[in-house]
Amino acid sequence: MASPSTRGAAIDLKSVSKHYGSFIALDKVSLGIKPGEFMTLLGPSGSGKTTTLNVIAGFTEVSSGSLDVGGKSVIGVPAHKRNIGVVFQHYALFPHMTVSRNVAYPLTLRGIANPDREARVRKALDMVKMADFGHRFPSELSGGQQQRVALARAIVFDPPLLLMDEPLGALDKKLREWLQLEIKRIHRELGTTFVYVTHDQEEALVLSDRIAVFNQGRIEQIGTGRQLYDEPETLFVGKFVGDSTILRGAASTSGNETAIDIEGRKVAAAKRLADGAKPVMLLRPEKLSLARRGKGGQGRNTLPGRIGEAIYLGSGSKYEVVLADTSKAIVRSSLDAETFAIGDEVDLVFAGSDVKLLADDENADFTLT
Amino acid sequence: MKQPGRILLGLYCLLVAVWLVAPTIVVVPMSFNDKKSLAFPPSGFSWQWYQNFFTNPEWSASLIGSLKVAVVTAVFATVIGTLAAFGLDRMKSRVSGVLRALLITPMVVPGVVLAVGIYAVYLDTRLVGTMTGFVLAHTMLAVPFVIIAVSASLEVFDKRLETAAASLGATRLTAFRTVTLPLIAPGILSGLLFAFVTSFDEIIVALFITSPYLKTLPVQIFSSITRDADPTVAAVGTLLFITTSLVIGAGLLICSRQGRR
Amino acid sequence: MRAIDSRNTVPAVAADDRRRWFRGQAFWLVAPALLLLVICLGLPLAIVTLRSFSEPQWGWQNYAWFFGTPVNLTVLQRTFAISAWVTLVCLIAGYPYAYVMTAVGPKMRLVLILCVLVPFWVSGVVRTLAWVILLQDSGVINSVIRAVGLGPVKLIRTQTGVVIGMAQVLLPFMILPLYSVMKTIDLRLMQAARSLGASPARAFAQVYLPLSLPGVYAGAIIVFILALGFYITPALLGGPRSTMLSTLIQNQVLSLLNWGRGGAMGVVLLIATFVLLALAAPLSRQPHKTGSRR
Ligand SMILES: Nc1ncnc2c1ncn2[C@@H]1O[C@H](COP(=O)(O)OP(=O)(O)OP(=O)(O)O)[C@@H](O)[C@H]1O
Ligand SMILES: [Mg+2]
Repeated sequence: MASPSTRGAAIDLKSVSKHYGSFIALDKVSLGIKPGEFMTLLGPSGSGKTTTLNVIAGFTEVSSGSLDVGGKSVIGVPAHKRNIGVVFQHYALFPHMTVSRNVAYPLTLRGIANPDREARVRKALDMVKMADFGHRFPSELSGGQQQRVALARAIVFDPPLLLMDEPLGALDKKLREWLQLEIKRIHRELGTTFVYVTHDQEEALVLSDRIAVFNQGRIEQIGTGRQLYDEPETLFVGKFVGDSTILRGAASTSGNETAIDIEGRKVAAAKRLADGAKPVMLLRPEKLSLARRGKGGQGRNTLPGRIGEAIYLGSGSKYEVVLADTSKAIVRSSLDAETFAIGDEVDLVFAGSDVKLLADDENADFTLT
Repeated sequence: MKQPGRILLGLYCLLVAVWLVAPTIVVVPMSFNDKKSLAFPPSGFSWQWYQNFFTNPEWSASLIGSLKVAVVTAVFATVIGTLAAFGLDRMKSRVSGVLRALLITPMVVPGVVLAVGIYAVYLDTRLVGTMTGFVLAHTMLAVPFVIIAVSASLEVFDKRLETAAASLGATRLTAFRTVTLPLIAPGILSGLLFAFVTSFDEIIVALFITSPYLKTLPVQIFSSITRDADPTVAAVGTLLFITTSLVIGAGLLICSRQGRR
Repeated sequence: MRAIDSRNTVPAVAADDRRRWFRGQAFWLVAPALLLLVICLGLPLAIVTLRSFSEPQWGWQNYAWFFGTPVNLTVLQRTFAISAWVTLVCLIAGYPYAYVMTAVGPKMRLVLILCVLVPFWVSGVVRTLAWVILLQDSGVINSVIRAVGLGPVKLIRTQTGVVIGMAQVLLPFMILPLYSVMKTIDLRLMQAARSLGASPARAFAQVYLPLSLPGVYAGAIIVFILALGFYITPALLGGPRSTMLSTLIQNQVLSLLNWGRGGAMGVVLLIATFVLLALAAPLSRQPHKTGSRR
């Protein structure tokens, strides 16, 4: 067996566009994936994740742009010659074949004869812990079992690249969390490049080496989970990955500093946006703290508000604070911090250095599905 | 390679569609022929064959005969078939499976064998050429269609609704009348239509049990075709085509309006 | 104790009673249809069978005659051959058509369905007449063939003509079962097959075709069986060299008044029909749930 690091294929999408009539499903998407990397495509419904996957798999032809897999252009190569494993959200197991025959199918197509074939089928089923189910038909399996068989079928022919389109979307939470760990383990063992589609940001954070955030056919940002959370480059990414508080108001700049006026209070950040962009401020929940009105927060930014919702999380508490301009701030505080009740008048306290200054974007609102 | 394949497939389907539809459409121009011939395309235009259809007593008698038989058959078949569909619905599945298979056998029994048998029975019971004879035979042939149509709508009918009605104080009969019946009415109605068409279009049994006193339209058409080239047949075909189109068009319209609601 | 007992058992007994009563009632609902079936189907078929043995005397004479006369065997063989041809033609024409029905948008699908149903809108006899006109030596089809330069082809009163006409009448019975099975096939399975390395042709042969087979069987059985009993179309479109069994039966009974021989032929046709039905029916059951489309 080759060493894990050399088994995955690199993928390089350059300026890939896909048009359906006048509708633009993909708009000049560029994405480089390293060999053996676990890359997740994250984004709201209709943002072009599946389209990207279909383009890589060869189910959809690109309208323009270039696409290299393993260093070679695959534009015009039909799907069945690309040697890419695909796991579908809807399992797509052949209902007229047993589990074993489903998994053996790609090997049969590749002319691999029996002792070898059987051994590889067994190994793949072992890997997904389905070895005892070989003689069943797909209709006799649960959803999670079917998905594991689909995974075995997609990896049994050792493809250098595995694509997965929301493979866990139809499963319940417990099963999903367990299978996430299984997928992570299999990725580690195989060393194959994985491209994984999801619209669940937590799943993306659990699984991925890097995440590409999609919005309306474009990639907003590519980075590790930490980069996306700590250094969002666009308002959309800031809002989509993790909880956030957005502050809007009249902006003024002086030198290298931008200040926003929120109901009479100025909040300053040490950054300046390009000309013409309307600045907004983004704060992560754990960078915010609460104090009773007028108590504390000396030398830092404060904003008055009232507790609108208090949620006990076990590891701490989460508060929704209604600010003077009726916008909502989300605050997470640790267990030992002071607790507040709904209706309490509070001050929102934060450091200027924790404020992320981003350009406002009307399209940053997304619908969760 | 993808595009040409699709175009080829499309053309193939077009050809099949033409093959399906052509014989129905061809009848229309032939009905306006000016000469007494069944040539296609026709040599000139006239309305005379329509006139002939409505004035010639042979044709109008057979039309009336057919209508009478079909209406009575449709009513009987709908009642009997609907009752049977309800009965089958309430039975254990194994029993109902066997009975259902039995009840739809008229659809697969070769027409001539059946017609010969019915003819034999009717000769002995003096039912040849009688309304009763026609209605009995046609009802038997039409009941399977009603059973299929009503069963289909009973299958999607949620029986808990009847229980719900009962829990609200409805008697079984009231529940049936106010809940079940309105919900399966479309199935019964299409069963009624199927039954009517089955009788109206039936020819093989009719050919055997017909008499100069009671003749149905298909029999009249058949004897006209075998006797001479009379374009009146084409006129009849056109009228039937138009009538059915109107009925189906109205049905589609109602369905789409209900679907939108 | 007893109070609890009675509360538990009494309603159960009542429910059981009601169920039994229900079942009894259910039978009475089916009874009229069964009675009609016995009178109008059972009795006639019984008489046909009886006469095949009893006329002119008791015995197997009519069957001996049927199987001992070469002409009859030719006709029997031809009946099966024509039915097989019709089934094949319907399958070849209907399979792609049904597939396209599943693949197009809802409006186009309605059009395609209407095209399938149009043949039912006009009396079967009239439609057969139209075929007579179209197929005749000076008809449209022959004009086209001649225009292409292939010379006139004898269609009317030939087996080919009969097959063309019958297949058109029976095509809907092929397309509708095919369509109802095909529309449950998850087309994404084809994508899955492609991703595993199957060429489009292989994906079709190994995934789509096996999944559509129940529809093929169902359509083929019904078309073949209906074709076996066809009477009007062969009578009007066919010639003496394309006579089918039904015509022969009609001829024996109505023209020759030979009920025995006609009956024997009828019984042969009937048995053929039901044997085929019994043999083929299990094939058309859908053995697997197909995909997760619904
Ligand atoms: N065959 C097609 N014809 C026209 N539009 C299409 C087609 N396929 C996809 N689209 C459009 O392209 C856009 C992107 O679709 P895509 O399936 O990639 O979204 P997605 O990010 O996978 O969403 P989801 O999370 O809901 O699966 C959507 O707006 C969709 O309507
Ligand atoms: Mg998708």
